[in-house]
Amino acid sequence: MEKKLPTIEVIEKYCKGCHICVEFCPTKVLEMQGFVVGVKNLEACIKCMQCELRCPDFAIKVTA
Amino acid sequence: MAFEYEKWLRPGKLPHIWCPGCGHGIVMKGLIRALDTLQLKKEETAIVSGIGCASRLPGYMDCCTLHTAHGRAAAFATGVKMARPEMNVILCGGDGDGTAIGGNHFIHACRRNIDMTYIIMNNMIYGMTGGQFSPCTPTGAKASTTPYGNPDPGFDIAKLAIGAGASFVARGTAFHANQIDKLIVEAIQHKGFSVVEILDDCPTTYGRRNKYKSVIEMMNRLKDIAVPVKAAEKMDPEQLKGKVLTGVLYKEDKPEYCEQYKAVIERAQGAAR
Repeated sequence: MEKKLPTIEVIEKYCKGCHICVEFCPTKVLEMQGFVVGVKNLEACIKCMQCELRCPDFAIKVTA
Repeated sequence: MAFEYEKWLRPGKLPHIWCPGCGHGIVMKGLIRALDTLQLKKEETAIVSGIGCASRLPGYMDCCTLHTAHGRAAAFATGVKMARPEMNVILCGGDGDGTAIGGNHFIHACRRNIDMTYIIMNNMIYGMTGGQFSPCTPTGAKASTTPYGNPDPGFDIAKLAIGAGASFVARGTAFHANQIDKLIVEAIQHKGFSVVEILDDCPTTYGRRNKYKSVIEMMNRLKDIAVPVKAAEKMDPEQLKGKVLTGVLYKEDKPEYCEQYKAVIERAQGAAR
């Protein structure tokens, strides 16, 4: 059975590029794409929601 | 489903003014999750703040908010609570606003044990006014007014609050984001003056002067120094050197001020008859 992937929405207008989500993601799903954050490897996401919890700028939304 | 923070935010206010990597946004999200967990009504929730970076928080929140004079959040909030005891009054502010300029208001609000929740975001510096040292700046740390190192020892806000008579004292950090809302929920549910100190980072005015290369280093510092209260019970004093306890540090049932004051009014009215 195929694994159901979550969706990670990044609101680029709000992202200030602080790196917190990229650094503390346990499976390195996110990366910096220029000034703002982007999704690099969605398959590795374990839906721990730490990026959404720790984003100070309300810029990440994870829907499991 | 992703959590809907928007229902507690004023429309069109984001992005907020806080610097990249500032922990105040994490604390605001924790507060919103706590308010949502408790299912509080917006018209019965008042958020009161003084002046400073952390005190910008009520400006983004969609409920009853009050942005008052520097350090005077506790005084204004006491007024709100006395006039409308059914309101859930939440104060927020930084360490400078709460313990230096508003130090007197803070200790006397603790002493009275009035039913309010004070969220102190301790970033160890005055961020908004240009990085002056605050009462929570540690010894030896550099600030714009202590370029050769701060000679003063810093306050321990939790111990200060317990000493002054607060009946609920908890501490969390901006790194441990999923703990923040649980502490705030418990603080709001507690009847009496509750203090929640959140250790925070200020990469712009503190980190830059104190050789933190990035926000990540500041966040890692919070991760390293925090020790949960239960884990600390099994540790030696030697291991706890330089560490900070997190979790619920103190809880006590004490007479609450609004009820005490109501009793005084009834006694006075009885005497007049």
